[in-house]
Amino acid sequence: MERKSNVLITYTIAYLIFLYAPVFLLPIFAFNDSAIISLPLSGFTFDWFYMLWEIKSLHEALYNSTMIALFSATLSTVLGIFAARAASRYNFPAKRSIMAFIMLPLVLPEIIVGVALLVVMIQLGLSLSAWTVIIGHVLICTPFAIAILSSAFNSFDMSLEEASMDLGESKIGTFFRVILPMVAPGIISSFLIAFTISLDEFIIAFFLTGTDVTLPVYIWGQLRFPARLPSIMALGFLMVILSLVLLLTAEYFRKRSLRFSAIKNASDESMF
Amino acid sequence: MTSSSKKPMIEIKNVEKHYGQVVALDGVSLDIREGEFFSLLGPSGCGKTTLLRIISGFDHPTSGCVFIGNENMTNIPANLRPTNMVFQSYAIFPHLNVADNVGYGLKKLRLKKEEFIRRVDQALALVDLEGFGARESNALSGGQRQRVALARALIMRPKVLLLDEPLSALDKKLRDAMQIELRHLQQTVGITFVLVTHDQEEALIMSDRIAVMFDGKIAQVDTPEALYRRPANKNVASFIGVMNFIPAKVIKSDQTSLTVDIDTLGRVKLAVNNRTAKGTVVQIGIRPEMLTIIYDDDKKIKNTFKATVSSRSYYGDMTYYDVIIDGEDITATVSMRNTAGRPILQPGAKTRVSWGVESLTVITNT
Repeated sequence: MERKSNVLITYTIAYLIFLYAPVFLLPIFAFNDSAIISLPLSGFTFDWFYMLWEIKSLHEALYNSTMIALFSATLSTVLGIFAARAASRYNFPAKRSIMAFIMLPLVLPEIIVGVALLVVMIQLGLSLSAWTVIIGHVLICTPFAIAILSSAFNSFDMSLEEASMDLGESKIGTFFRVILPMVAPGIISSFLIAFTISLDEFIIAFFLTGTDVTLPVYIWGQLRFPARLPSIMALGFLMVILSLVLLLTAEYFRKRSLRFSAIKNASDESMF
Repeated sequence: MTSSSKKPMIEIKNVEKHYGQVVALDGVSLDIREGEFFSLLGPSGCGKTTLLRIISGFDHPTSGCVFIGNENMTNIPANLRPTNMVFQSYAIFPHLNVADNVGYGLKKLRLKKEEFIRRVDQALALVDLEGFGARESNALSGGQRQRVALARALIMRPKVLLLDEPLSALDKKLRDAMQIELRHLQQTVGITFVLVTHDQEEALIMSDRIAVMFDGKIAQVDTPEALYRRPANKNVASFIGVMNFIPAKVIKSDQTSLTVDIDTLGRVKLAVNNRTAKGTVVQIGIRPEMLTIIYDDDKKIKNTFKATVSSRSYYGDMTYYDVIIDGEDITATVSMRNTAGRPILQPGAKTRVSWGVESLTVITNT
């Protein structure tokens, strides 16, 4: 037994190093005061971060990415609410197949989605812009939104809705006074995760972005200039931190939403 | 039955409810009077909850109609009916505090703030929860949640209050106390209560009248006493309390009496108006408390049979004996009060059991 657990621990550590070591290299070179990305390190500096303030095209990319992420997250969360609600509450023909279809983009290669969307957009005569990226991002974010929201809606006690109706409230009133407040943490969580996915997504954005480049596409373009590399490292470091913060916040809300519905009406311990 | 009184509060006319092939309610007709405490009693799956949901408007009948307060409500949705429900799970909104839960239905009325607070306080006082308004709903005990659910429904001043197994989630002590309290509350507010329960004792204690249901049909509607003393059939007799059944053959039947030959007990003339063809096999029912174990060997007591104790259950105040009637393959349950000096018989003990003619019930409809 002892031996086996040692092997497992070694495996786990090796796995984690393999997974995260490249990510930890980013901050090291982001703070290194040399324009060349190589060891040994020469000194500590914040210069690369100051430099980020001065690149105007970067700010445009950041603005584009933020707007695209905001729209994608909002749209996919709204669509997710409808789908999750329908799937948890109503029975309709071919429900399983329809839900499987909606979830498909989770496993579809993004490059296929990107190329396919590009062909469709061109055939439809749409010019590439931030909007086309938003369409692509909604497609890949919606399955995540549905997955998160479904767990919030599924664990929702049906008799709460009935109690609201019984007390004279209409279906729409019940949705706003009971369902929405109770699944709100799930909605926030879904929004934040969709936002993060859209912010970090490269392949679809690469195909569908016109002149409105997103941050990942901008970074890819800058990799051609070796002199820019350290500031890209600094930018990458900031993006990793931002993504982490967003995901942790989302996870906090997701857990909270589960706990909310898990209470249902059992008189167990208080909520927080 | 009561031709003098006005129209009933709830009229259920020939209601059928089908779920695909399954028939949940099979031609149910029922009148519930204004201001009465009415119970729908039956084993799980008998259709009692479906019937309650049809009265509340959460389900709609496949055929038949429902009238509440003389208005046809068959297709009216739950939010437009003058009924309110206490749910089995209580369905307290976890994101609202006690006062907002209780006042939930008042929000639609757009009352002034003082009036809203006054009515919420009044409702909380009615269920003994004064000062609980600011409590978070997830900080309440099971009994308190039930009171909040009651207050939330009663504040709407419904014509009918519907209760779906409201006591099943409480422990026994609290349940016993709440039975009395609910009955008292019903008499205070004077609203028609319709209770769904599978607990026959609960129904007997609280109700003015009870409808016993089996397999989507109503077997009998009567007062608790009439149900216990004169069950309409064998199912009702064995569902309400314990009943011993002994087969008997009809010898003679007329307007005022029925003469039967009962296995082991002999020929008996019963004063019932129950015309049955000669030779029909009927069941004679007798409750355990109507049978008495004779401890001293008093030969003067008539109407006895010899029996052997096969098992006993000790309840503290009472002891229930299962006895096998000597020479027969019939087991009867006898209950005896444990009075001072009365011995507890052990299994295997030979004994004599007495019975009275007036305690026998004839069940022709088995």
